[in-house]
Amino acid sequence: MMNRNNRIYLDYAATTPLADEVVEAMLPYFQKEFGNPSSLHRFGQRAEGALEEARMTIAAHLNCSDEEIVFTSGGTESDNLALRGCAFARREQVGANHLLITAVEHHAVSHTAEQLARHFGFEVEILEVDSQGLVSPEIVQNHIRPNTALVSVIYANNEIGSINPISEIGKICRERGVPFHTDAVQATAYLSLDVEALNVDLLSLGAHKFYGPKGIGALYVRKGIPLLPCQTGGGQEWGLRSGTPNIPYIVGMSTALKFVQKNQANWTTSLAHLRDWLIEQVLKRIPQSRLTGHPTQRLPNLASFVFKGVHSQKLIALLDAEGFACSSGSACKTGNPSPSEVLLAMGIEPELALSSLRVTLGRDTKLEHLESFVDCLIEKVVQLRG
Amino acid sequence: MSEKTVVVGMSGGVDSSVAAALLQRQGYRVIGVMMSLWSEQGREKVNRCCTPDSMRLAKRVASILDIPFYTLDVREPFYNQIVSYFIQGYQSGITPNPCVQCNRQIRWGALLNFALSLGADYLATGHYARIVTDELGVFHLYRAKDHSKDQSYVLHMLTQSDLARTIFPLGDLTKSEVRQLANEFQLPVAQRAESQDLCFLGGEDYRSFLMRHLDELPPSGAIVDTHGRYLGQHQGLPFYTIGQRKGLGISGGKPFYVVAKDLENNLLVVGSKEDTRKKTFTVTQVNWIGGNPSVSTLELTVKVRYLSPFLAAKLRIQEDGSCQVELSEPYWDITPGQAAVFYQGERCLGGGTIQIVLS
Repeated sequence: MMNRNNRIYLDYAATTPLADEVVEAMLPYFQKEFGNPSSLHRFGQRAEGALEEARMTIAAHLNCSDEEIVFTSGGTESDNLALRGCAFARREQVGANHLLITAVEHHAVSHTAEQLARHFGFEVEILEVDSQGLVSPEIVQNHIRPNTALVSVIYANNEIGSINPISEIGKICRERGVPFHTDAVQATAYLSLDVEALNVDLLSLGAHKFYGPKGIGALYVRKGIPLLPCQTGGGQEWGLRSGTPNIPYIVGMSTALKFVQKNQANWTTSLAHLRDWLIEQVLKRIPQSRLTGHPTQRLPNLASFVFKGVHSQKLIALLDAEGFACSSGSACKTGNPSPSEVLLAMGIEPELALSSLRVTLGRDTKLEHLESFVDCLIEKVVQLRG
Repeated sequence: MSEKTVVVGMSGGVDSSVAAALLQRQGYRVIGVMMSLWSEQGREKVNRCCTPDSMRLAKRVASILDIPFYTLDVREPFYNQIVSYFIQGYQSGITPNPCVQCNRQIRWGALLNFALSLGADYLATGHYARIVTDELGVFHLYRAKDHSKDQSYVLHMLTQSDLARTIFPLGDLTKSEVRQLANEFQLPVAQRAESQDLCFLGGEDYRSFLMRHLDELPPSGAIVDTHGRYLGQHQGLPFYTIGQRKGLGISGGKPFYVVAKDLENNLLVVGSKEDTRKKTFTVTQVNWIGGNPSVSTLELTVKVRYLSPFLAAKLRIQEDGSCQVELSEPYWDITPGQAAVFYQGERCLGGGTIQIVLS
């Protein structure tokens, strides 16, 4: 929906517009094919058919079997189910009481872990990251314990786009017999989600980051990984997530994933090219600007900066007034004036961390958009530095 | 002509799935039905016929074909009529054939009745066999075109009224043609492995199953040779089958085989491999598919197990309807409780249960 009223959308990490084919695929399931997949009659059978086909599409993309896919209401719920469900089940099964997460997790992970620590007696250990926001396999190796219930490391961070060595970390966890979860919400559109190659046991997805609808997601749960359901009821989704499945949205999510499959290779090159151009222009033309995150091991559509002496909330407002939509970091943090924990964890001073800007590109982003954006950004940074 | 309705007994396997697709292509209105058979508590996931996995595959096939799909819960009749028969059979010294029993009482019983109550004209299954109608309107059962897959042995109990309502869509196809069709129809079943185990054993040895299910443990007794000489102790006759060599627990120069079970005296009779070769046996509960033969003596071939060869034999029909079979050549391990099925050429005449092995 960019460029409507001359607005340019550069916040694809916050959310994405639905692809046309996604909307089209969803529509029949609101009225014509409205059945409850648990019903035994033809209405139910048709809905169940759609549900299972969507599940198979997603399973194929993840290189897993369809019984390992659990539909949820989104990435946040998937993270919650992975952490809570695995923590409680592992404590019950083997007395594991220790959770290992990192300083660059999405709040859906870190706040869930925090609650597990505060209210449920788990010991949560937060692993440090390097100055580029990366988690090293060695640090996981050094902190994993026999009583670790779960390790959770974000695949690609939502604020800085740094891509963690998931496969290597997963290998360590596998060797130690500890379940390994990754939040792949930002990674889905651009990176491989092959759970075998990644050595992951739990993986969270959220459809609206890849041209699917909001309010729908999935959790991959490797066979044999213990999980206590967080939402109980009619026993849907293998008993792991009760509630009538949201068929139109599930169909939308699987269609969006097909859309990703079709375009991923193209996006990965073309967007990385635009991203690199943007980074180069910004760093070259704006003094005292700095790229945050890893220079190359980052999402192809994400550029993130700090500008000394610029308050990012003001910058975003000024840019929006000129028609450019971008963000300070996590969209979930809008209105929160405290500096990003992710940036602080990377060793960026609090004041500088408050000057962050995240520009995320998508399927409709063109070079000319970025050209006018850079000109505008320069002007606004100068203006704010006064 | 209004379109005919057929219920296909589905299992999630390649055969029944292709059967359903073929019938749909031929213009039938197809309904898929899968039976929930009995599984021991806690072992539902290893049942060969109706695990949750196979159920999901069958549903998936129905969804791809866009046909209605229902499950028929036959756990109780399956337990009462098939599993009990299996346990009691062993208890009484025979080696029962629950698949034949299941076809008789469950498939062409509960399933056929359910199909008819759904308004279906026919029941179809993925069995490999052919039904041929002669000029008088009599139905006959023939071996499948693919001899290596022929399943007429386990269908010998079908009656005229069963056959009148039955379609075997795969009878003229080879297994590889069926697999190819599964690909053509884009059915997600073509890769599944086959198994010959009893569904409710789920791959387990029948002896362990019996241990858990016999009312009381059968008494141990003597193992004797064919001359009555004592060789050792057996653990209870139900745990042995005719022809068994392993697990007898007796040592001697040459290997011993179970030749017979003497229930009256609780003796397990063992002998040489040669001693297990027999020529004459009686068959009871005989079903003649095309009606009772008009003569009392017949030259035909007989199968004494699902995988036995066709054995040339002379058959004498007794007054009570039972038959005495005399093989031209003695054959190994003829086992009471198994079916003896009669053939003339490609045609399956019928068959019955091996009762007593005489000599």
